[in-house]
Amino acid sequence: MGYPHPSHPRETPILSKYFGDPAARTLAGWRARGGYEALEKALHTDPQELQLVVKDSGLRGRGGAGFPTGMKWSFMKPDGKTHYLCCNADESEPGTFKDREIMRWTPHGLVEGVALAAHTIYAQTAYIYIRGEFTEPYARMCQAVEEAYAAGILGENAMGSGKHVDVHVHRGAGAYICGEETALMNSLEGRRGNPRIKPPFPAVAGLFGKPTTINNVETLAAVPYIIKHGAEWYRQYGRPDNPKSIGTKLFSVCGNISRPGNYEVALGFPFKDFLYDLCGGPLEGREIKAVIPGGSSVPILTREEAEGAFMDYEGFVASGTMLGSGGVIVFDDRQDMVRQIARLTRFYAHESCAQCTQCREGTAWITRIMERIRDGQGTAEDLDTLVAISDGMTGKTICVLSDSCATPVMSGLKKFRHEFEAKIAANKSVVTVPGAFRASAA
Amino acid sequence: MSHGPSASGGALVAAPPHGTHDDAPHVPVFVDHTRAELDRILSRYPTKQAALLPALWMLQDARGWVSEGGIEEVAAALEITPAYVKGVVSFYTMYHQHPVGRHFIQVCTTTPCNVCGAEDVVKSLLQHTGCGDLGLTSADGRFTVVEVECLGACGFATPIMINNDFVESVTPESVPRILSELK
Repeated sequence: MGYPHPSHPRETPILSKYFGDPAARTLAGWRARGGYEALEKALHTDPQELQLVVKDSGLRGRGGAGFPTGMKWSFMKPDGKTHYLCCNADESEPGTFKDREIMRWTPHGLVEGVALAAHTIYAQTAYIYIRGEFTEPYARMCQAVEEAYAAGILGENAMGSGKHVDVHVHRGAGAYICGEETALMNSLEGRRGNPRIKPPFPAVAGLFGKPTTINNVETLAAVPYIIKHGAEWYRQYGRPDNPKSIGTKLFSVCGNISRPGNYEVALGFPFKDFLYDLCGGPLEGREIKAVIPGGSSVPILTREEAEGAFMDYEGFVASGTMLGSGGVIVFDDRQDMVRQIARLTRFYAHESCAQCTQCREGTAWITRIMERIRDGQGTAEDLDTLVAISDGMTGKTICVLSDSCATPVMSGLKKFRHEFEAKIAANKSVVTVPGAFRASAA
Repeated sequence: MSHGPSASGGALVAAPPHGTHDDAPHVPVFVDHTRAELDRILSRYPTKQAALLPALWMLQDARGWVSEGGIEEVAAALEITPAYVKGVVSFYTMYHQHPVGRHFIQVCTTTPCNVCGAEDVVKSLLQHTGCGDLGLTSADGRFTVVEVECLGACGFATPIMINNDFVESVTPESVPRILSELK
């Protein structure tokens, strides 16, 4: 299948196999496609053993940070305490829309993954936190959970295993920062979505102060396949020369590209082939100018850099950026990079929770300066100020929203400096006298 | 993001929310089946406070917006203070802190949509709804248009949300047809 277009022959559709297939949405449809077999198997397997399988599979977090999933789960011990699982479905990173399609087309796949993970980390209760704007995914997930309870898949005696597994769907209310794991927990507890200082880490004191594991939708949706087919099966996907990036990954593609949408490829796929073969390259008569490969928080690549990159955790790092959430934003030769970077900083300024000074003030200052340059009112000094502010915003706050705002500015300044300078050179309202005060008519 | 009507709105006014004024007599939100629904939600969490976001959604679904009076009802139902509830309400963009038009339209203009022409969609919406400016409600109370940060549908630029429904791949040209299908 595939949505919004059929899967490309070079894709490896595992999670996306039933995208576009409405029959896969129902419990009966999901079971007919082999659904819930992995959960049934898992509920009769010792959690320690399941943790080992996931560790051996090489699965890493698909939400952005890429933390090894099996290792994260191994922090959860059978200590008799109340544990919680959170599924992060707050997908809000600009350029990313993969979890949305998982929830819209294969809601039972996610319920299965969530229930399986809950059992594996010794949790009785799991919450799926869905961003407020995702009304359809929310409705689909609620329906799937309801069906699963009615069929005895969830509840006090999940699938007749004697294990108690509860899954609840929780709707957010509009805040990018709630995708940060500790902000999500605060939000779920009925608080403002401010990230928490770590430590303590969620595995020690997370949701409601209890040991908590939090995973992205795509990560959890992949787990049933790993349990069903085994770690070895999963390890076949990836570059032979890179054992650190295993499995398939959904990439959302948007911006100035011929065929936007979601694509699932084995990690390590050549980015050039991806952009031109799978996604059809730029629109007719245009050229790709820049690409952000992993959601708006990762460094921008020039076309040349993008064409040389490999699509996995290490491959993108080697090209000076990150895999992030897999949200690929393509800019063509019509785009004014200063304008678009300014728009990104405005996003972060709007979404800052404002508890850290560097972020609250920094995102606003950077936006003001970027918009001034965009509007032809910038000065050469502004470029230095941008660097200084970015430095003051990086690695100094509770969460990385602040760093994420500085990232496009710093990478943009490095790679598209000529565009910044051209706007400043065209600013006739500024008289710059070397060694003297600056006078601005603006 | 401020959704508030600007002082320079002229003839444009903030519309009553779905025909209900906050000072008009109304039935409490959390009674009968709504109370039962809240109780069902409360059973999912170890604290009452955790039901705050769901309770605020129930309030907004019933009244169209989150008023001072509504905040007090939510606070009473969850045994927390109205001041605390207000602090939470103001953190999230989706709770309307004042009445909005019958069709509340959010247009994504973040970078991925921006490079696909989202700002022209905003202009077209403002023109065809008669809202005049972002955050204002049309004189007939039908429409409010706001910009929103990333709706998470970047591959379907430009997505807009009309109340709870997504409309994808909107262009300036398709706006009149989309609006004509709304009451």
